[in-house]
Amino acid sequence: MSTLGINVQSVDKSFGRGDARTVVLKKTGFVAETGHLTMLIGPSGCGKTTLLSIIAGTLHADGGIIEVLGQRLDQMRGNAIAKFRARNLGFIFQQFNLIPTLSATENVSVPLVIQGLSSTRAERKAREVLEWVGLSDHADFLPAKMSGGQQQRVAIARALVHEPPIILCDEPTSSLDSENGRHVMDLLRQAATQRECLVLVVSHDNRTYRFADHMAEMEDGQIFRTLKTKDEIRTHHPPGV
Amino acid sequence: MIRIGLKMLFGDRGKYVMLISGITFSTLLMAQGMALFCGLMTWTYSSLRNMRAPIWVTDPKVEQCNDSKPMRDTDITRVRSVDGIAWAVPLYQGISMAKLADGSAKMITLIGLDNDTLIGAPTKIIAGRLEDLRMPNTVVLDDLGVERLSEGRERPIGIGDIFEINDREARVVAICKSYRSFTGGPFVFTTYDRAILYAPNQRKMLSFILVAPQPGLSDEALARRIAERTGLGAFTHDEFKWSTVMWYVRNTGIPINIGTIVIIGFIIGAAISGQTFYSFILENTRHFAALRAMGASSGELSAMILSQALIVGVIGYGTGLGLVSFLGNNLLRLGKVPFLMLWQITAIVGAAVMIIVAISAVIGIVRIARLEPAIVFR
Ligand SMILES: Nc1ncnc2c1ncn2[C@@H]1O[C@H](COP(=O)(O)OP(=O)(O)OP(=O)(O)O)[C@@H](O)[C@H]1O
Ligand SMILES: [Mg+2]
Repeated sequence: MSTLGINVQSVDKSFGRGDARTVVLKKTGFVAETGHLTMLIGPSGCGKTTLLSIIAGTLHADGGIIEVLGQRLDQMRGNAIAKFRARNLGFIFQQFNLIPTLSATENVSVPLVIQGLSSTRAERKAREVLEWVGLSDHADFLPAKMSGGQQQRVAIARALVHEPPIILCDEPTSSLDSENGRHVMDLLRQAATQRECLVLVVSHDNRTYRFADHMAEMEDGQIFRTLKTKDEIRTHHPPGV
Repeated sequence: MIRIGLKMLFGDRGKYVMLISGITFSTLLMAQGMALFCGLMTWTYSSLRNMRAPIWVTDPKVEQCNDSKPMRDTDITRVRSVDGIAWAVPLYQGISMAKLADGSAKMITLIGLDNDTLIGAPTKIIAGRLEDLRMPNTVVLDDLGVERLSEGRERPIGIGDIFEINDREARVVAICKSYRSFTGGPFVFTTYDRAILYAPNQRKMLSFILVAPQPGLSDEALARRIAERTGLGAFTHDEFKWSTVMWYVRNTGIPINIGTIVIIGFIIGAAISGQTFYSFILENTRHFAALRAMGASSGELSAMILSQALIVGVIGYGTGLGLVSFLGNNLLRLGKVPFLMLWQITAIVGAAVMIIVAISAVIGIVRIARLEPAIVFR
């Protein structure tokens, strides 16, 4: 197995204490490879977002090994993880999370600014990526002036602008209609194949399953099956059902 | 990062305006209160400013320049006998009543200047001649006096016009400018001997002795020497000024009243801007969390919040000060309210605003530091 990519082994995570304690992840293992779009699916509340947050280093696991791009996140401390994230991870959130008072270009430039680029250079790069997602004519729009699909494409541009090797998405299509959802998934696939990224998508939405190269199925905090080929995916999740 | 933070703030018009207004209002209240206080305090020692003498000799019990406990006329000889004195002249200061044309009476501060030298006479004569004070029954009126004593006359009182002080005739020979007094009565200048005639009969009339040292001798040294040799009170100009101001601070409710205004200004500013800033942070929690998730460090986010608070503070402070000086220079001066803007006031208010800003920023920073960046996925 490649050491680059994501390699999570026997991770535990629970929330709360005493009677209120809920165990979400139990010795969970999970693997994803560069150059592929891996989809993480499972019923609501099974722990997908929790696992994604742990991989992103925004949530601390109670125990286990979390190796991302060959680095042990579980052994890193606060600011080192922040630096690691700034360099290596791109994020796409369900609710877009664009800053409403910044234009599309400015929003996209944020990860570069965090890395310390000047705003002029960051915005030049941002415009290029906006063009790639087909939004060059909306570069100066505020998020409120754009449709949900356009906003999510801005978010994709933001996730890609600093050319991170890994892109993490939590239900990127669930607040979009199918047309826009397809467009977004197309872009994410291209990111994986053309840009050689590791794209990890948490999804509920079976219309998006056909975009997956690999699929990890989760239930009760465990990955119970991993599908490694398009055929397998199609067999277990026939399109149009 | 800071640019992004400021854009976040400027974009939120409502909150931005609210924050600035809070600081502006607070600055206005604090600076206005302090300027009012300082202005009022300058009124308390207007006698010192009007009569300008290096050293003021008084009865030993006198603490402030509006309270004259008369000395004996022989005291002036005793003071003159102290060596190192260039000159020492008597001064009468007292409250009298001036009768107007319509028969009503107005309070005035009557000043009697040394007959020969007229030391302590006003310097800014706007009409008439000061020297004419040597003619019988003559007085010099300040411009406030013109205003007050003109009531009931067809045209304002002027040179050659006559009014009565305690039923004795007084003819105006000059109009001068003077600093306004705390008691509000206009200054009326005449000679020492005539002042004694005008004033209600008292046994002793010598309010102050104005003294100057010979060249090479400091005011302080001579004042100490006079006090020691004569047992009288002796103050330099500055000592008397501060003694007067401190007397009013101790013996009137002015500091407490104005202090309350200033404190209310501070609390209002802190409350409005702290509260608004906190809700700004709360509303943007998701975005701060997203920035955190995208790899912004706590230090960067803190710098962002600090600069947001700082810019609001600076703009609000500037606007507030601008408003204060506008008010001070126009409205208040028309209404004859005391107003004295010192650089110390701007510095103190600036420091108070910085404290407000710091409190607001710290509240925000603590809030963001507690943030779980994982919430962006929820
Ligand atoms: N911060 C938290 N405190 C307490 N419980 C939490 C917290 N975060 C998640 N949980 C619980 O952990 C479980 C898994 O949550 P998670 O968000 O990972 O599920 P999910 O698979 O992403 O669900 P969905 O598809 O609805 O988004 C849920 O039961 C949830 O209530
Ligand atoms: Mg979820």
